[in-house]
Amino acid sequence: MKRRTFIQHTTAAGALIGLGGLSLSSFSPKTTKKITILHTNDVHSHIDPFGPNDGRNANKGGVARRASLVESIRQENPNTLLLDAGDIFQGTPYFNYYGGELEFKLMSMLKYDLATIGNHDFDNGIDGLYAQLPHADFDFVSANYDFKNTVLDTHVKPFKTFIKDGVKIGVFGLGIELEGLVGKKHYKETVYNDPIEIAQDMSRILKDNEHCDIVICLSHLGYFYKNNPDKVSDLVIARQTKDIDLIIGGHTHTFLPKPTIEKNSVGKNVLVNQVGCYGLYLGQIDFYLETGQELKAKGTTIVV
Amino acid sequence: MKTKIFFLCLIVLIFSSCKQDYSISKIEGKRLEINDSIKADNTVDAFIKPYRDKVNKDLDSTLAFAVDTYSKTDGELNTAIGNFMADALYEMTNPVFKSRTGKDIDLVLLNHGGIRSIISKGNITSRTAYEVMPFDNTVVVTTLKGEQIKELLTYLASRKRAHPIAGLQVILNADGSINRALIKGSEIDYNKTYYVATSDYLYNGGDRMSFLKSKDSLYDLDYKIRNLLIDYFKKIDTLRPTIDDRFIQLKDK
Repeated sequence: MKRRTFIQHTTAAGALIGLGGLSLSSFSPKTTKKITILHTNDVHSHIDPFGPNDGRNANKGGVARRASLVESIRQENPNTLLLDAGDIFQGTPYFNYYGGELEFKLMSMLKYDLATIGNHDFDNGIDGLYAQLPHADFDFVSANYDFKNTVLDTHVKPFKTFIKDGVKIGVFGLGIELEGLVGKKHYKETVYNDPIEIAQDMSRILKDNEHCDIVICLSHLGYFYKNNPDKVSDLVIARQTKDIDLIIGGHTHTFLPKPTIEKNSVGKNVLVNQVGCYGLYLGQIDFYLETGQELKAKGTTIVV
Repeated sequence: MKTKIFFLCLIVLIFSSCKQDYSISKIEGKRLEINDSIKADNTVDAFIKPYRDKVNKDLDSTLAFAVDTYSKTDGELNTAIGNFMADALYEMTNPVFKSRTGKDIDLVLLNHGGIRSIISKGNITSRTAYEVMPFDNTVVVTTLKGEQIKELLTYLASRKRAHPIAGLQVILNADGSINRALIKGSEIDYNKTYYVATSDYLYNGGDRMSFLKSKDSLYDLDYKIRNLLIDYFKKIDTLRPTIDDRFIQLKDK
Protein backbone atom coordinates (compact mmCIF):
# COMPACT_ATOMS: atom_id res chain seq x y z
CA MET A 1 0.00 0.00 0.00
CA LYS A 2 2.76 2.41 1.04
CA ARG A 3 4.58 1.68 -2.20
CA ARG A 4 1.53 2.48 -4.28
CA THR A 5 1.00 5.88 -2.67
CA PHE A 6 4.63 6.66 -3.38
CA ILE A 7 4.24 5.84 -7.04
CA GLN A 8 1.19 8.07 -7.23
CA HIS A 9 3.15 10.90 -5.70
CA THR A 10 6.04 10.58 -8.16
CA THR A 11 3.57 10.77 -11.00
CA ALA A 12 2.19 13.93 -9.48
CA ALA A 13 5.71 15.29 -9.18
CA GLY A 14 6.27 14.58 -12.86
CA ALA A 15 3.10 16.50 -13.65
CA LEU A 16 4.34 19.36 -11.55
CA ILE A 17 7.47 19.63 -13.63
CA GLY A 18 5.55 19.37 -16.84
CA LEU A 19 2.75 21.81 -16.12
CA GLY A 20 4.41 24.23 -13.75
CA GLY A 21 1.79 26.91 -13.45
CA LEU A 22 -1.16 24.93 -12.18
CA SER A 23 -2.26 25.20 -8.56
CA LEU A 24 -1.65 22.30 -6.23
CA SER A 25 -5.24 21.19 -5.81
CA SER A 26 -5.65 20.23 -9.43
CA PHE A 27 -3.02 17.52 -9.21
CA SER A 28 -5.25 15.05 -7.47
CA PRO A 29 -7.29 13.49 -10.25
CA LYS A 30 -11.05 13.90 -9.74
CA THR A 31 -12.41 10.59 -8.51
CA THR A 32 -15.85 9.53 -7.39
CA LYS A 33 -16.18 7.07 -4.54
CA LYS A 34 -19.29 5.18 -3.60
CA ILE A 35 -19.98 4.13 -0.03
CA THR A 36 -23.04 2.00 0.68
CA ILE A 37 -24.66 1.95 4.10
CA LEU A 38 -27.06 -0.93 4.80
CA HIS A 39 -29.12 -0.95 7.95
CA THR A 40 -31.68 -2.76 10.06
CA ASN A 41 -33.40 -1.91 13.34
CA ASP A 42 -35.69 -3.59 15.87
CA VAL A 43 -35.20 -7.04 14.39
CA HIS A 44 -36.40 -8.42 17.76
CA SER A 45 -35.05 -11.95 17.34
CA HIS A 46 -36.95 -12.47 14.08
CA ILE A 47 -34.67 -15.05 12.56
CA ASP A 48 -37.12 -17.10 10.49
CA PRO A 49 -39.39 -15.48 7.89
CA PHE A 50 -43.02 -14.97 8.85
CA GLY A 51 -45.13 -17.96 7.86
CA PRO A 52 -47.59 -17.95 4.94
CA ASN A 53 -50.55 -17.66 7.36
CA ASP A 54 -49.34 -14.66 9.29
CA GLY A 55 -52.09 -12.05 9.58
CA ARG A 56 -49.83 -9.13 8.63
CA ASN A 57 -46.34 -10.02 7.39
CA ALA A 58 -46.90 -13.29 5.55
CA ASN A 59 -43.74 -14.62 3.82
CA LYS A 60 -41.70 -11.56 4.73
CA GLY A 61 -38.41 -11.23 6.59
CA GLY A 62 -35.85 -13.91 7.45
CA VAL A 63 -32.15 -13.65 8.25
CA ALA A 64 -31.00 -16.17 5.61
CA ARG A 65 -32.65 -14.09 2.89
CA ARG A 66 -31.18 -10.91 4.33
CA ALA A 67 -27.79 -12.61 4.14
CA SER A 68 -28.21 -13.23 0.38
CA LEU A 69 -29.36 -9.68 -0.24
CA VAL A 70 -26.50 -8.13 1.73
CA GLU A 71 -24.01 -10.38 -0.04
CA SER A 72 -25.30 -9.39 -3.49
CA ILE A 73 -24.99 -5.70 -2.58
CA ARG A 74 -21.45 -6.27 -1.28
CA GLN A 75 -20.57 -8.01 -4.53
CA GLU A 76 -21.68 -4.89 -6.35
CA ASN A 77 -19.94 -2.52 -3.97
CA PRO A 78 -17.38 -3.91 -1.53
CA ASN A 79 -17.25 -0.51 0.18
CA THR A 80 -20.32 -1.29 2.21
CA LEU A 81 -21.12 -0.99 5.91
CA LEU A 82 -23.87 -2.99 7.59
CA LEU A 83 -25.33 -1.38 10.73
CA ASP A 84 -28.07 -2.14 13.25
CA ALA A 85 -29.89 0.45 15.38
CA GLY A 86 -30.74 -1.74 18.36
CA ASP A 87 -33.45 -4.00 19.83
CA ILE A 88 -31.75 -7.02 18.40
CA PHE A 89 -33.19 -9.09 21.25
CA GLN A 90 -36.66 -10.17 22.31
CA GLY A 91 -39.65 -11.11 20.25
CA THR A 92 -39.42 -14.79 19.34
CA PRO A 93 -38.73 -17.96 21.35
CA TYR A 94 -35.16 -17.95 19.99
CA PHE A 95 -34.39 -15.26 22.51
CA ASN A 96 -36.15 -17.05 25.37
CA TYR A 97 -34.34 -20.29 24.55
CA TYR A 98 -30.86 -19.01 23.70
CA GLY A 99 -30.64 -15.57 25.31
CA GLY A 100 -29.44 -13.73 22.19
CA GLU A 101 -26.61 -16.09 21.27
CA LEU A 102 -28.14 -17.02 17.92
CA GLU A 103 -28.94 -13.38 17.03
CA PHE A 104 -25.32 -12.31 17.58
CA LYS A 105 -23.86 -15.36 15.83
CA LEU A 106 -26.01 -14.72 12.77
CA MET A 107 -25.21 -11.02 12.68
CA SER A 108 -21.55 -12.02 12.80
CA MET A 109 -22.10 -14.40 9.86
CA LEU A 110 -23.70 -11.53 7.94
CA LYS A 111 -20.62 -9.46 8.83
CA TYR A 112 -22.41 -6.65 10.59
CA ASP A 113 -19.93 -3.83 11.16
CA LEU A 114 -21.56 -2.08 14.10
CA ALA A 115 -24.68 -1.85 16.26
CA THR A 116 -26.11 0.33 18.97
CA ILE A 117 -28.02 -0.80 22.05
CA GLY A 118 -31.81 -0.72 22.31
CA ASN A 119 -33.89 -0.89 25.48
CA HIS A 120 -34.84 -4.52 24.83
CA ASP A 121 -31.21 -5.52 24.61
CA PHE A 122 -31.32 -5.17 28.43
CA ASP A 123 -34.16 -7.70 28.73
CA ASN A 124 -31.93 -10.35 30.28
CA GLY A 125 -30.26 -7.64 32.31
CA ILE A 126 -27.04 -5.87 31.53
CA ASP A 127 -25.30 -9.10 32.60
CA GLY A 128 -27.33 -11.04 30.04
CA LEU A 129 -26.14 -8.69 27.29
CA TYR A 130 -22.57 -8.84 28.51
CA ALA A 131 -22.68 -12.65 28.53
CA GLN A 132 -23.57 -12.70 24.81
CA LEU A 133 -20.84 -10.29 23.68
CA PRO A 134 -18.34 -13.08 22.92
CA HIS A 135 -20.75 -14.25 20.18
CA ALA A 136 -20.64 -10.85 18.42
CA ASP A 137 -17.78 -10.28 15.95
CA PHE A 138 -18.91 -6.67 15.63
CA ASP A 139 -18.71 -3.68 17.98
CA PHE A 140 -21.35 -1.70 19.84
CA VAL A 141 -21.42 2.09 20.07
CA SER A 142 -23.32 4.29 22.48
CA ALA A 143 -22.22 7.83 23.24
CA ASN A 144 -24.89 8.81 25.78
CA TYR A 145 -24.99 5.70 27.95
CA ASP A 146 -22.27 5.86 30.55
CA PHE A 147 -21.39 2.27 31.45
CA LYS A 148 -18.49 3.18 33.74
CA ASN A 149 -19.96 1.46 36.80
CA THR A 150 -21.28 -1.58 34.96
CA VAL A 151 -19.92 -4.79 33.42
CA LEU A 152 -20.10 -3.15 29.98
CA ASP A 153 -17.41 -0.62 30.91
CA THR A 154 -14.81 -0.47 28.07
CA HIS A 155 -16.91 -2.88 25.95
CA VAL A 156 -19.04 -0.16 24.38
CA LYS A 157 -17.36 2.83 22.74
CA PRO A 158 -18.99 6.20 21.99
CA PHE A 159 -18.10 6.00 18.29
CA LYS A 160 -16.20 4.00 15.71
CA THR A 161 -14.56 5.12 12.49
CA PHE A 162 -14.09 3.10 9.32
CA ILE A 163 -12.01 3.76 6.22
CA LYS A 164 -13.49 2.38 3.01
CA ASP A 165 -11.71 3.10 -0.26
CA GLY A 166 -9.97 6.06 1.37
CA VAL A 167 -13.22 7.57 2.65
CA LYS A 168 -13.46 7.99 6.40
CA ILE A 169 -16.84 7.22 7.98
CA GLY A 170 -17.59 8.00 11.62
CA VAL A 171 -20.52 6.37 13.40
CA PHE A 172 -21.69 7.24 16.91
CA GLY A 173 -24.51 5.67 18.93
CA LEU A 174 -27.42 7.14 20.90
CA GLY A 175 -29.73 5.27 23.29
CA ILE A 176 -33.14 6.04 24.75
CA GLU A 177 -33.82 6.96 28.39
CA LEU A 178 -34.06 3.66 30.25
CA GLU A 179 -35.93 4.77 33.35
CA GLY A 180 -39.59 3.83 33.01
CA LEU A 181 -38.80 1.59 30.04
CA VAL A 182 -36.43 -0.97 31.52
CA GLY A 183 -36.38 -2.18 35.13
CA LYS A 184 -33.60 -0.65 37.19
CA LYS A 185 -32.49 -4.15 38.22
CA HIS A 186 -31.81 -4.77 34.52
CA TYR A 187 -29.91 -1.64 33.52
CA LYS A 188 -28.28 -1.24 36.94
CA GLU A 189 -25.79 1.65 37.11
CA THR A 190 -26.05 2.64 33.43
CA VAL A 191 -26.23 6.46 33.31
CA TYR A 192 -28.31 8.13 30.59
CA ASN A 193 -26.93 11.46 29.33
CA ASP A 194 -28.76 14.06 27.25
CA PRO A 195 -28.62 12.86 23.61
CA ILE A 196 -28.76 16.36 22.09
CA GLU A 197 -25.64 17.65 23.83
CA ILE A 198 -23.84 14.38 23.21
CA ALA A 199 -24.82 14.41 19.52
CA GLN A 200 -23.51 17.97 19.16
CA ASP A 201 -20.20 16.94 20.76
CA MET A 202 -19.92 13.73 18.79
CA SER A 203 -20.58 15.29 15.40
CA ARG A 204 -17.97 17.97 16.13
CA ILE A 205 -15.41 15.38 17.22
CA LEU A 206 -16.04 13.19 14.19
CA LYS A 207 -15.98 16.11 11.75
CA ASP A 208 -13.24 18.34 13.18
CA ASN A 209 -10.96 16.02 15.15
CA GLU A 210 -11.41 12.75 13.29
CA HIS A 211 -11.85 14.41 9.87
CA CYS A 212 -14.62 12.04 8.83
CA ASP A 213 -16.05 12.46 5.33
CA ILE A 214 -19.37 10.93 6.38
CA VAL A 215 -20.87 11.26 9.87
CA ILE A 216 -23.60 8.80 10.85
CA CYS A 217 -25.70 8.72 13.99
CA LEU A 218 -26.95 5.26 14.93
CA SER A 219 -29.91 5.96 17.19
CA HIS A 220 -32.43 4.06 19.25
CA LEU A 221 -34.24 7.24 20.34
CA GLY A 222 -37.28 6.81 18.10
CA TYR A 223 -38.23 8.63 14.90
CA PHE A 224 -40.56 11.34 16.26
CA TYR A 225 -43.19 11.65 19.00
CA LYS A 226 -46.20 13.38 17.44
CA ASN A 227 -48.02 13.82 20.77
CA ASN A 228 -44.87 14.99 22.52
CA PRO A 229 -42.88 16.77 19.79
CA ASP A 230 -40.28 18.14 22.23
CA LYS A 231 -39.29 14.66 23.40
CA VAL A 232 -35.88 13.88 22.01
CA SER A 233 -36.13 11.85 18.80
CA ASP A 234 -34.26 11.42 15.52
CA LEU A 235 -35.99 14.43 13.94
CA VAL A 236 -35.14 16.57 16.99
CA ILE A 237 -31.51 15.44 16.84
CA ALA A 238 -31.42 16.23 13.11
CA ARG A 239 -32.73 19.78 13.67
CA GLN A 240 -30.56 20.63 16.64
CA THR A 241 -27.16 19.44 15.43
CA LYS A 242 -24.87 20.04 12.49
CA ASP A 243 -22.38 17.91 10.53
CA ILE A 244 -24.48 14.74 10.74
CA ASP A 245 -25.13 13.32 7.27
CA LEU A 246 -27.36 10.41 8.17
CA ILE A 247 -29.36 9.32 11.20
CA ILE A 248 -30.31 5.65 11.24
CA GLY A 249 -33.05 5.15 13.79
CA GLY A 250 -35.07 2.54 15.64
CA HIS A 251 -37.37 2.00 18.62
CA THR A 252 -40.63 3.41 17.21
CA HIS A 253 -40.89 0.65 14.56
CA THR A 254 -41.49 3.37 11.98
CA PHE A 255 -41.83 2.08 8.42
CA LEU A 256 -40.48 4.93 6.31
CA PRO A 257 -41.11 4.21 2.61
CA LYS A 258 -38.11 6.45 1.92
CA PRO A 259 -35.66 8.43 4.05
CA THR A 260 -36.84 11.76 5.48
CA ILE A 261 -34.85 14.87 4.54
CA GLU A 262 -34.62 17.28 7.45
CA LYS A 263 -32.78 20.61 7.82
CA ASN A 264 -30.12 20.80 10.52
CA SER A 265 -29.27 23.79 12.75
CA VAL A 266 -27.35 25.48 9.91
CA GLY A 267 -29.89 24.72 7.20
CA LYS A 268 -28.06 21.75 5.69
CA ASN A 269 -29.84 18.54 4.75
CA VAL A 270 -29.74 15.50 7.04
CA LEU A 271 -31.17 12.14 6.04
CA VAL A 272 -33.19 10.27 8.67
CA ASN A 273 -34.13 6.68 7.99
CA GLN A 274 -35.77 3.76 9.78
CA VAL A 275 -37.00 0.47 8.33
CA GLY A 276 -39.82 -0.57 10.68
CA CYS A 277 -39.01 -3.78 12.47
CA TYR A 278 -38.57 -7.59 12.46
CA GLY A 279 -36.12 -7.65 9.55
CA LEU A 280 -38.92 -7.05 7.02
CA TYR A 281 -36.80 -4.50 5.18
CA LEU A 282 -33.19 -3.53 4.66
CA GLY A 283 -32.36 0.16 4.36
CA GLN A 284 -29.82 1.20 1.73
CA ILE A 285 -28.16 4.61 1.55
CA ASP A 286 -25.51 5.20 -1.14
CA PHE A 287 -23.09 8.07 -0.67
CA TYR A 288 -21.20 9.36 -3.72
CA LEU A 289 -18.14 11.40 -2.84
CA GLU A 290 -15.80 13.51 -4.89
CA THR A 291 -12.49 15.15 -4.21
CA GLY A 292 -11.89 18.83 -4.58
CA GLN A 293 -13.13 22.05 -3.04
CA GLU A 294 -15.36 23.31 -5.85
CA LEU A 295 -17.97 20.71 -4.90
CA LYS A 296 -18.56 22.21 -1.48
CA ALA A 297 -20.22 25.20 -3.10
CA LYS A 298 -22.19 23.01 -5.49
CA GLY A 299 -23.87 21.08 -2.67
CA THR A 300 -25.28 17.60 -2.49
CA THR A 301 -27.93 16.03 -4.68
CA ILE A 302 -30.29 13.80 -2.73
CA VAL A 303 -32.31 11.14 -4.52
CA VAL A 304 -34.87 9.34 -2.40
CA MET B 1 18.32 16.76 -11.18
CA LYS B 2 17.93 13.77 -8.86
CA THR B 3 17.93 15.98 -5.78
CA LYS B 4 15.42 18.27 -7.45
CA ILE B 5 12.99 15.42 -8.05
CA PHE B 6 13.55 14.23 -4.50
CA PHE B 7 12.63 17.65 -3.14
CA LEU B 8 9.61 17.92 -5.37
CA CYS B 9 8.49 14.51 -4.16
CA LEU B 10 9.02 15.62 -0.61
CA ILE B 11 6.90 18.74 -1.08
CA VAL B 12 4.11 16.78 -2.67
CA LEU B 13 4.33 14.18 0.10
CA ILE B 14 4.01 16.88 2.74
CA PHE B 15 0.97 18.36 1.06
CA SER B 16 -0.72 15.05 0.53
CA SER B 17 0.10 13.53 3.92
CA CYS B 18 -3.15 15.08 5.08
CA LYS B 19 -6.09 12.78 4.40
CA GLN B 20 -7.62 13.34 0.99
CA ASP B 21 -10.64 15.62 1.40
CA TYR B 22 -13.90 14.24 0.05
CA SER B 23 -17.22 15.97 -0.31
CA ILE B 24 -20.54 14.23 -0.69
CA SER B 25 -21.89 14.97 -4.14
CA LYS B 26 -24.92 12.71 -4.15
CA ILE B 27 -26.92 10.55 -1.76
CA GLU B 28 -29.41 7.91 -2.81
CA GLY B 29 -31.70 6.24 -0.31
CA LYS B 30 -34.20 3.42 -0.60
CA ARG B 31 -35.53 0.42 1.25
CA LEU B 32 -35.45 -3.14 0.08
CA GLU B 33 -38.20 -5.55 1.05
CA ILE B 34 -37.11 -8.95 2.34
CA ASN B 35 -39.60 -11.41 0.87
CA ASP B 36 -39.80 -14.83 -0.73
CA SER B 37 -38.39 -13.56 -4.01
CA ILE B 38 -34.95 -13.57 -2.35
CA LYS B 39 -33.28 -16.95 -2.12
CA ALA B 40 -32.19 -17.84 1.41
CA ASP B 41 -28.46 -18.20 1.97
CA ASN B 42 -27.84 -21.93 2.46
CA THR B 43 -24.97 -21.60 4.92
CA VAL B 44 -26.95 -19.29 7.16
CA ASP B 45 -30.05 -21.43 6.91
CA ALA B 46 -28.12 -24.60 7.76
CA PHE B 47 -26.64 -22.84 10.77
CA ILE B 48 -30.11 -21.91 12.08
CA LYS B 49 -31.60 -25.37 11.50
CA PRO B 50 -30.61 -27.17 14.73
CA TYR B 51 -31.79 -24.21 16.80
CA ARG B 52 -35.05 -24.04 14.83
CA ASP B 53 -35.72 -27.77 15.11
CA LYS B 54 -35.35 -27.70 18.88
CA VAL B 55 -37.63 -24.68 19.32
CA ASN B 56 -40.27 -25.92 16.86
CA LYS B 57 -40.48 -29.32 18.46
CA ASP B 58 -41.39 -27.62 21.72
CA LEU B 59 -43.80 -25.03 20.40
CA ASP B 60 -45.88 -26.15 17.48
CA SER B 61 -48.61 -28.37 18.82
CA THR B 62 -52.10 -26.86 18.51
CA LEU B 63 -53.71 -25.75 21.78
CA ALA B 64 -56.78 -23.79 20.67
CA PHE B 65 -58.37 -22.02 17.71
CA ALA B 66 -58.76 -18.27 17.14
CA VAL B 67 -61.95 -17.38 15.27
CA ASP B 68 -60.50 -14.08 14.06
CA THR B 69 -57.30 -12.04 13.91
CA TYR B 70 -56.93 -9.90 17.03
CA SER B 71 -54.74 -6.80 17.18
CA LYS B 72 -54.13 -4.28 19.93
CA THR B 73 -54.83 -1.50 17.43
CA ASP B 74 -58.45 -2.63 16.95
CA GLY B 75 -60.49 -0.69 19.51
CA GLU B 76 -60.38 2.66 21.29
CA LEU B 77 -59.88 2.28 25.04
CA ASN B 78 -60.33 -1.47 25.19
CA THR B 79 -59.38 -4.13 22.68
CA ALA B 80 -60.43 -7.73 22.27
CA ILE B 81 -56.85 -9.01 22.62
CA GLY B 82 -56.24 -6.88 25.72
CA ASN B 83 -59.51 -7.99 27.30
CA PHE B 84 -58.56 -11.60 26.64
CA MET B 85 -55.18 -11.11 28.32
CA ALA B 86 -56.54 -9.38 31.41
CA ASP B 87 -59.41 -11.87 31.74
CA ALA B 88 -57.11 -14.86 31.24
CA LEU B 89 -54.75 -13.49 33.85
CA TYR B 90 -57.60 -13.16 36.34
CA GLU B 91 -59.01 -16.60 35.59
CA MET B 92 -55.66 -18.39 35.84
CA THR B 93 -54.13 -16.57 38.81
CA ASN B 94 -57.07 -15.90 41.14
CA PRO B 95 -57.27 -19.55 42.25
CA VAL B 96 -53.53 -19.49 42.97
CA PHE B 97 -53.81 -16.25 44.94
CA LYS B 98 -56.87 -17.44 46.83
CA SER B 99 -55.29 -20.74 47.84
CA ARG B 100 -52.27 -18.90 49.20
CA THR B 101 -53.97 -15.96 50.93
CA GLY B 102 -57.67 -16.75 51.25
CA LYS B 103 -58.38 -13.52 49.36
CA ASP B 104 -59.60 -12.66 45.87
CA ILE B 105 -57.94 -10.49 43.27
CA ASP B 106 -60.08 -7.36 42.79
CA LEU B 107 -58.72 -6.10 39.51
CA VAL B 108 -56.11 -6.70 36.85
CA LEU B 109 -54.02 -4.02 35.15
CA LEU B 110 -51.57 -4.67 32.33
CA ASN B 111 -50.08 -2.33 29.74
CA HIS B 112 -51.04 -1.87 26.11
CA GLY B 113 -47.36 -1.84 25.06
CA GLY B 114 -46.93 -5.28 26.60
CA ILE B 115 -49.08 -6.91 23.90
CA ARG B 116 -46.25 -7.68 21.52
CA SER B 117 -48.03 -9.34 18.63
CA ILE B 118 -51.36 -9.94 17.00
CA ILE B 119 -53.10 -13.31 17.35
CA SER B 120 -53.76 -14.58 13.84
CA LYS B 121 -56.98 -16.34 12.92
CA GLY B 122 -56.49 -20.08 13.03
CA ASN B 123 -54.56 -22.48 15.22
CA ILE B 124 -53.09 -21.24 18.47
CA THR B 125 -49.91 -22.88 19.73
CA SER B 126 -47.43 -22.19 22.52
CA ARG B 127 -45.65 -20.09 19.92
CA THR B 128 -48.63 -17.72 19.91
CA ALA B 129 -48.10 -17.12 23.61
CA TYR B 130 -44.40 -16.44 22.99
CA GLU B 131 -45.28 -13.94 20.28
CA VAL B 132 -47.89 -12.11 22.31
CA MET B 133 -45.86 -12.25 25.51
CA PRO B 134 -42.16 -12.79 24.76
CA PHE B 135 -41.04 -11.28 28.04
CA ASP B 136 -40.38 -13.42 31.10
CA ASN B 137 -42.61 -11.21 33.26
CA THR B 138 -44.36 -12.78 36.22
CA VAL B 139 -47.63 -11.93 37.94
CA VAL B 140 -47.52 -9.98 41.17
CA VAL B 141 -50.47 -8.95 43.34
CA THR B 142 -50.07 -5.58 44.99
CA THR B 143 -52.29 -4.12 47.70
CA LEU B 144 -53.54 -0.65 46.90
CA LYS B 145 -55.27 1.81 49.20
CA GLY B 146 -57.93 4.28 48.05
CA GLU B 147 -55.50 7.09 47.19
CA GLN B 148 -53.52 4.78 44.92
CA ILE B 149 -56.70 3.57 43.22
CA LYS B 150 -57.47 7.25 42.52
CA GLU B 151 -54.02 7.65 40.97
CA LEU B 152 -54.59 4.49 38.92
CA LEU B 153 -57.84 5.93 37.57
CA THR B 154 -56.24 9.31 36.85
CA TYR B 155 -53.44 7.51 35.01
CA LEU B 156 -55.88 5.57 32.81
CA ALA B 157 -57.97 8.70 32.15
CA SER B 158 -54.99 10.85 31.23
CA ARG B 159 -53.11 8.31 29.08
CA LYS B 160 -56.22 7.25 27.15
CA ARG B 161 -54.53 4.11 25.98
CA ALA B 162 -56.20 0.73 25.86
CA HIS B 163 -54.27 -0.66 28.82
CA PRO B 164 -55.81 -4.08 29.46
CA ILE B 165 -57.98 -4.20 32.59
CA ALA B 166 -60.30 -6.72 34.24
CA GLY B 167 -62.51 -6.37 37.32
CA LEU B 168 -62.49 -2.63 36.80
CA GLN B 169 -64.85 -0.50 34.74
CA VAL B 170 -63.94 3.08 33.83
CA ILE B 171 -66.27 5.41 31.93
CA LEU B 172 -64.88 8.76 30.83
CA ASN B 173 -66.90 11.85 29.99
CA ALA B 174 -66.51 13.40 26.56
CA ASP B 175 -64.08 15.93 28.09
CA GLY B 176 -61.88 13.10 29.39
CA SER B 177 -62.84 13.39 33.08
CA ILE B 178 -63.98 10.29 34.93
CA ASN B 179 -67.73 9.78 34.79
CA ARG B 180 -67.88 6.53 36.71
CA ALA B 181 -65.51 3.85 38.01
CA LEU B 182 -66.54 0.50 39.44
CA ILE B 183 -64.56 -2.39 40.88
CA LYS B 184 -66.28 -5.75 40.47
CA GLY B 185 -69.49 -3.88 39.68
CA SER B 186 -69.53 -1.82 42.91
CA GLU B 187 -68.70 1.80 43.70
CA ILE B 188 -65.13 2.19 44.82
CA ASP B 189 -64.63 2.38 48.59
CA TYR B 190 -61.63 4.63 49.05
CA ASN B 191 -61.09 3.35 52.60
CA LYS B 192 -60.77 -0.22 51.44
CA THR B 193 -57.62 -2.06 50.39
CA TYR B 194 -57.81 -3.64 46.94
CA TYR B 195 -55.79 -6.53 45.53
CA VAL B 196 -54.45 -5.62 42.11
CA ALA B 197 -52.79 -8.19 39.85
CA THR B 198 -50.20 -6.86 37.43
CA SER B 199 -46.81 -7.77 36.00
CA ASP B 200 -43.54 -7.43 37.88
CA TYR B 201 -42.38 -5.16 35.01
CA LEU B 202 -45.11 -2.61 35.69
CA TYR B 203 -44.76 -2.98 39.44
CA ASN B 204 -41.08 -2.11 39.15
CA GLY B 205 -41.69 1.17 37.35
CA GLY B 206 -42.44 0.12 33.76
CA ASP B 207 -44.71 2.57 31.89
CA ARG B 208 -44.41 4.91 34.90
CA MET B 209 -47.20 3.25 36.89
CA SER B 210 -45.62 4.37 40.15
CA PHE B 211 -48.96 4.14 41.98
CA LEU B 212 -48.60 0.35 41.91
CA LYS B 213 -45.97 0.38 44.67
CA SER B 214 -47.56 -1.32 47.64
CA LYS B 215 -47.44 0.43 50.98
CA ASP B 216 -48.48 -2.88 52.48
CA SER B 217 -47.95 -6.41 51.14
CA LEU B 218 -46.80 -7.64 47.75
CA TYR B 219 -47.39 -11.19 46.57
CA ASP B 220 -45.18 -12.60 43.84
CA LEU B 221 -47.16 -15.48 42.35
CA ASP B 222 -44.06 -16.73 40.52
CA TYR B 223 -46.29 -17.48 37.51
CA LYS B 224 -45.03 -16.18 34.16
CA ILE B 225 -47.66 -14.37 32.13
CA ARG B 226 -46.66 -16.38 29.06
CA ASN B 227 -47.13 -19.64 30.94
CA LEU B 228 -50.56 -18.65 32.18
CA LEU B 229 -51.55 -17.82 28.60
CA ILE B 230 -50.37 -21.27 27.50
CA ASP B 231 -52.34 -22.85 30.35
CA TYR B 232 -55.38 -20.78 29.40
CA PHE B 233 -55.12 -21.87 25.73
CA LYS B 234 -54.99 -25.48 26.88
CA LYS B 235 -58.12 -24.94 28.95
CA ILE B 236 -60.25 -23.37 26.20
CA ASP B 237 -61.11 -24.76 22.74
CA THR B 238 -61.86 -21.54 20.95
CA LEU B 239 -60.68 -18.00 21.44
CA ARG B 240 -63.26 -15.34 20.62
CA PRO B 241 -62.66 -12.27 22.81
CA THR B 242 -64.66 -9.09 22.22
CA ILE B 243 -64.39 -5.34 22.67
CA ASP B 244 -66.79 -4.36 25.48
CA ASP B 245 -67.64 -1.42 27.76
CA ARG B 246 -65.03 -1.92 30.50
CA PHE B 247 -63.12 1.20 29.47
CA ILE B 248 -64.96 3.68 27.27
CA GLN B 249 -65.40 7.39 26.68
CA LEU B 250 -68.86 8.91 26.29
CA LYS B 251 -69.51 10.96 23.19
CA ASP B 252 -70.77 14.56 23.25
CA LYS B 253 -74.52 14.66 23.21
